Amino acid sequence: MADTNLINYTLHLADNALILGHRNSEWCGHGPILEQDIAVSNIALDCIGQARNFYQYAAQLTGNGATEDSLAYLRDVTEFKNCLLVELPNGDWGQTILRQFFFSTYQYFLYQQLQNSSDQQIAAIAEKALKEVTYHVRWSSEWVIRLGDGTEESRQRMLHAVDELWSFTGEMFIPAHYEPSPAETGTGIDLASVKNKWTEKITAVFEEATLPVPPADTWMQTGGKQGRHTEHLGFILAEMQFLQRSYPNAEW
Amino acid sequence: MNAIEKNTIPGAGFSEEIRERVLQVLETVPDPEVPVLSVIDLGVVRKVDVRENENKEWEVQLAVTPTYTGCPAIDVMKINMRMALLEAGFKNIGITETLSPAWTTDWMSESGKQKLKAYGIAAPHYKQLVCTPDSFQEEEAVQCPLCNSYHTRLVSQFGSTACKALYQCNDCKEPFDYFKCH
Repeated sequence: MADTNLINYTLHLADNALILGHRNSEWCGHGPILEQDIAVSNIALDCIGQARNFYQYAAQLTGNGATEDSLAYLRDVTEFKNCLLVELPNGDWGQTILRQFFFSTYQYFLYQQLQNSSDQQIAAIAEKALKEVTYHVRWSSEWVIRLGDGTEESRQRMLHAVDELWSFTGEMFIPAHYEPSPAETGTGIDLASVKNKWTEKITAVFEEATLPVPPADTWMQTGGKQGRHTEHLGFILAEMQFLQRSYPNAEW
Repeated sequence: MNAIEKNTIPGAGFSEEIRERVLQVLETVPDPEVPVLSVIDLGVVRKVDVRENENKEWEVQLAVTPTYTGCPAIDVMKINMRMALLEAGFKNIGITETLSPAWTTDWMSESGKQKLKAYGIAAPHYKQLVCTPDSFQEEEAVQCPLCNSYHTRLVSQFGSTACKALYQCNDCKEPFDYFKCH
């Protein structure tokens, strides 16, 4: 069996992508207009594709008959290592957009580093996903600007979304014990640098959207990376895992 | 541009002729989502190796790469490639998936681009012009596949499949898909 930290880190990357993809897929058929319904469903597909690649790799590292399906469908809440941000309910369109913007921007700078990882498979997945994440950042930032600097109604909704989500952004930049440090691997990730670039991008887009950036010293929620989740993740898993739990080994 | 790697060093047990035959078979396998393109046109076949084994049978090893990470078509393509090769008489077929280097529309064949246009889909530009995450950028001069006007506008960066964007022609008003640069 491979290094436990590497397995956990790969699962963390996979869980982030799967849960965000699942949340976005909830919009399928409910988007505000057809083109944006298609856009958010496309993004869900990209996220679930990333999740599959990471789960396949985690299954290979884990051995013992683990598969991408067993990792996605048969682990319980406390074993999931995704950030709290991605499991939060969709809220309104503004809140979904803002969560996507926060997380895609984080993924963009993170994957930029990961594509140089000393682990070849993680590097390959990141290199591939980065191209798609670029589109996600562009799309979500355009919506943040449109809505923030839009009508009184859309602006109020964006201000509300910032209030709801901001305290969940800090967790992305606090390394979990299994995250590779640059000192450890030489080519690992430097979360401090990801945070700086993220803050710069968020500030620039918020400025254009005429939205205030909340103070840096806001108290931040944590725990997701360690398996301590909000009550929302349980409901997601109940729905997502229902079939495999009720009819073990069911196949399409 | 659309160079397909061959790792096998021609020599004992290698036949350029057989390799060509494999490529011809793959030319007949369509992309299930844009059926006017073959898997070769699309540039997803990255490696074709042929080798004669000890039983004097030809072994075919293919490496394919997905267009987009979540593209569901890749599994169908792999099944269809295998079926086509089996029908053509090849019995030993191995297909692996590679992610790096990541697929790019630069690997799409010239004839593929022509076929796309005839099918009503604007072909990707040679070079991606807007490859940064900055807001409100648009590709320059996407040509309407119907009336050839360059006076077109982006409707949405996301279309009916992961690889396409929605455009509309300002002159003939035709809405059309653009196979976006990647």
